[in-house]
Amino acid sequence: MAEAIAHELAKKQKEISVAEFFERNKHILGFGNPTRALVTSVKEGVDNALDACEESGILPDIYVEIRNHEDGENKLIIEDNGPGIVKKQIPHIFGRLLYGSRFHAIQQSRGQQGIGISAVVLYGQLTTGKHAKVISKIQEDRPATITELAIDTNKNRSDVINRDIMHWDKPSGTRFEVSIVADYKRGKRFVFEYLQSVSIVNPHAQITFKEPDGSEHLFERTTDMLPRKSVGIKPHPYGVELGTLIKLAKNTKSRKLSSFLKSEFSSMGDRTTKAVCEKAQLDKDFNPKNMSREQFLALHKAFKKVKIMAPTTECLSPIGETLIKRSLKHETQEISPEFIVTASRPASVYSGNPFQIEAGIVYGGSLPRDNSVKLMRFANRVPLLYQQGDCVSTSAISSIDWRRYGLDQSSGKGIPSGPAIFLTHISSTLIPFTSESKEAIADIHEIESEIKLAFRECARKVQRHIHKKIRRAKTREKFELITKILPEIAKKSSNMLDKPTPSLDKVITKIMDVVWIEDIIEYEKTSSKPVQSTLFDESSEKREGGWITKSTVMVVNYKNKPQKFNLYAVIPEDAVIGSVTPQPTKITDNYIKWNLDTIIPADKRDIYFELAGLDKEDFDENDLYVENINPSYVIGADKWEGD
Amino acid sequence: MSRDYTNVINSINSIASKVYNDLESSEIPNLKLPTRTKSNIQFDDKLNVWKYGKNMTERSAKSLDGAYMMLRTMYMVDFIKDMIKANKSSTLREMYYISEGWDLAKFNSQPESDSLAEDLEVITGCMREDFKLRPEEDGARVIGNLTIEEVTRNKTKKKIHCQDDVGDSGYSIPYNVEPEKISFKGADADFILAIETGGMFDRLVENGFDTSNRAILVHLKGQPARSTRRFIKRLNKKKKLPVLVFTDCDPWSYRIFGSVAYGAIKTAHISEYLATPAAQYLGVTPSDIENYKLPTDKLTKEDINALKSELSDPRFQDSFWKHEIKLQLSLGKKSEQQALAKYGLDYVTETYLPEKLAEMGIKK
Ligand SMILES: Nc1ncnc2c1ncn2[C@@H]1O[C@H](COP(=O)(O)OP(=O)(O)O)[C@@H](O)[C@H]1O
Ligand SMILES: [Mg+2]
Repeated sequence: MAEAIAHELAKKQKEISVAEFFERNKHILGFGNPTRALVTSVKEGVDNALDACEESGILPDIYVEIRNHEDGENKLIIEDNGPGIVKKQIPHIFGRLLYGSRFHAIQQSRGQQGIGISAVVLYGQLTTGKHAKVISKIQEDRPATITELAIDTNKNRSDVINRDIMHWDKPSGTRFEVSIVADYKRGKRFVFEYLQSVSIVNPHAQITFKEPDGSEHLFERTTDMLPRKSVGIKPHPYGVELGTLIKLAKNTKSRKLSSFLKSEFSSMGDRTTKAVCEKAQLDKDFNPKNMSREQFLALHKAFKKVKIMAPTTECLSPIGETLIKRSLKHETQEISPEFIVTASRPASVYSGNPFQIEAGIVYGGSLPRDNSVKLMRFANRVPLLYQQGDCVSTSAISSIDWRRYGLDQSSGKGIPSGPAIFLTHISSTLIPFTSESKEAIADIHEIESEIKLAFRECARKVQRHIHKKIRRAKTREKFELITKILPEIAKKSSNMLDKPTPSLDKVITKIMDVVWIEDIIEYEKTSSKPVQSTLFDESSEKREGGWITKSTVMVVNYKNKPQKFNLYAVIPEDAVIGSVTPQPTKITDNYIKWNLDTIIPADKRDIYFELAGLDKEDFDENDLYVENINPSYVIGADKWEGD
Repeated sequence: MSRDYTNVINSINSIASKVYNDLESSEIPNLKLPTRTKSNIQFDDKLNVWKYGKNMTERSAKSLDGAYMMLRTMYMVDFIKDMIKANKSSTLREMYYISEGWDLAKFNSQPESDSLAEDLEVITGCMREDFKLRPEEDGARVIGNLTIEEVTRNKTKKKIHCQDDVGDSGYSIPYNVEPEKISFKGADADFILAIETGGMFDRLVENGFDTSNRAILVHLKGQPARSTRRFIKRLNKKKKLPVLVFTDCDPWSYRIFGSVAYGAIKTAHISEYLATPAAQYLGVTPSDIENYKLPTDKLTKEDINALKSELSDPRFQDSFWKHEIKLQLSLGKKSEQQALAKYGLDYVTETYLPEKLAEMGIKK
């Protein structure tokens, strides 16, 4: 789509000036009114800063300042610690409309979503008549360049007004200053929400926001790990359009159909290629350049009929369940939510484009009970603030019956109400937006069903949490009964009768009549280097110390017969297992299993395990399961349903 | 005055022993007592009152609430034992405040501790008074040609005439009305009239109804206290005077009558001490609403539910009550004693009561 608008613009440039183009399309470009304009400008600048830092492996430290003058004119300053921009490029990037680097890359990035930073410069120039200023530094031991520029709207070229060098303390980075007409009073809330949202899906970024009144808000970094670097990939055969297929075939260097398929598409190995050719009834040695339209059609159809591996997810950079949970937790601190659950779907494909859905639910605390749940939508780590009603995530959420998960929803359809925040994040090499304003994701079947699956998984976790809460309360009651009340009853009655206090073991067993499992989780800070962690890129393994999550699980047999069973503790994928006692029977990526020896009545076992590679409180609830015992005998663990 | 408490101590100890023995033999401790609900009261032909039936409720330490109740029970019986030993007594309210110091066993509210005291009566067959517990409520009032001899707090006997020796508010019934405390001497009257509201009691006093109609007037003060019911019962037995109950015309007032005449559900274990089977309902009846064209209010939802529940209450199964309750439900209305003032302040004493008394064959 961005490509389409670029071509469109190129055509039009001959006829109309960019100023005119901008004026006509102001609305879809996000500058429709002074409130939107403010948010869009912040967004363009912050997105670029994040992209630039990530691309060069720098943990982003971004500074946003708004100074407001009277008559609606605001000065916007955005500064980053990124790689900087070479002097020669600055006029192009800031002074030419639609001069981007990302329009053609099949790779996840934010850039795809904006009209570009030059639009902000143009908007500022059109509304205030003032020039923009860019300071940039690319090397530690060299001075920074300072460029003042305007846009020549007739030629779509930049006018460099002034250029100089200056000393800048930063090792590298970019600072962008622009004056725009904007409504700060109204826009403030959106800017804040936008930055907070950015911080939630970019836990590796630190953002400082300075408001016109001088107050500063810090959105803290919650992880030192940069997102995995995404890499460009080839199109996936599923859903690649016929036209594109033909075009690729005409331009390929391959002489044979089989090598064409293998080299131009992702996920095509020998076996799949053979299967596709057979299905299409095409000779694998055909020269792709000589194929007929009918043959392409057959090939195109065959793609759909053969099971082809999902595209490599290398090109995607999802946030990950643990990190989403952590940053949601961090950003919702004042709400003190009751719990946060997240779910991450495996990567999937629509029309040959890989995508991946992540979802999260924040529940309870001081969130309002009567309002609709708040929806937070993100695409490639960029918050989507407008057009919620048109977004596929909204319709996916609305189609789930939330009533059985403790939320209100009239007739089981629509956005539920209750004390919750729903987060949806889609990562994709190409986000299918409904329009150029890039605020809503189109109604694509594959995406909708993945979003539904992600939320169903969250909902199941919510349900499990609620069950667990009820069970915990019951357990606690029983515990209170046997540890506090019953001994008191015994003491009092024996005192009254002047008799010795009777032993209570057997009565306790009778009252409880369960196998009781209770766990506690503690965190210990380690001063040494962290244990190796799957969350780390080798490149970014430079953290000082980390946390060890220590779980102690106590199993007590309060049945009147000996019990022997297996216990499973589910662990997060990102975690690395440290010491475990007693000796486990099996360890996988997802769980630890113990075949416990026989426990006689009133006897107890302590099970202990350590997890590394997680932050404090990333893991705050054990998920325990039992096997080879009637699950109704057990309080504190569910039935193991298999791997 | 020092009475023998051996039996009380024995029954209290038997509760502690039951719990202790359960624990010792590895049983979950439990105590059984009759179920104290409407569905479990039966008419006792011998005693002529309503008593608890055979349904038993188990208080078991298996649940947390049950265990708490049991611990509280242990504390309460221990406390009672201490009071007996020290020859002290306390009000129910005092006991509630004392329980504040019982740590885990403390009550959440006074109704809880009052109700446990009742449970103990039910379990042991003793009376609250045996446990040295007395109620808070001040006694109801009596006016009429009746002489009472009361043992005062300085242990002297004092005769009180309930017209000549009292002011307009009458003789105040003490919480203990047993023979050791009061005895009835002379009574020159034709009947006892038990009145629900203070306003009506005062009206009859002002109009001189006690002298003009040879009546002993007793103010019930709403749902009557145990001592008031016991007082009426003893007076009825001793002096062979008919008892007439005069209340508002609504379901709650019928329950007041029920507790005077048949025994209350909450205290069915001691109905034979408290209930006066010979008591009769004088009015105001739903028929009176029609016959006397009394001002009315609409029945509320709660009123209707209470009336319906009375239709299934074993105590209200005779044809009089069935008829009146059904009539009231169809009228959809209720009325008050004082609604009779519609026809003037003297109407109740000049017309209504004489007519009703004649109807009931008490007066000609
Ligand atoms: N703060 C910055 N630091 C480094 N490079 C930047 C920065 N801002 C913009 N750029 C470069 O300029 C290019 C154009 O930016 P922009 O006009 O916003 O389009 P897009 O973000 O869509 O690529 C970016 O792709 C990036 O290479
Ligand atoms: Mg950009």
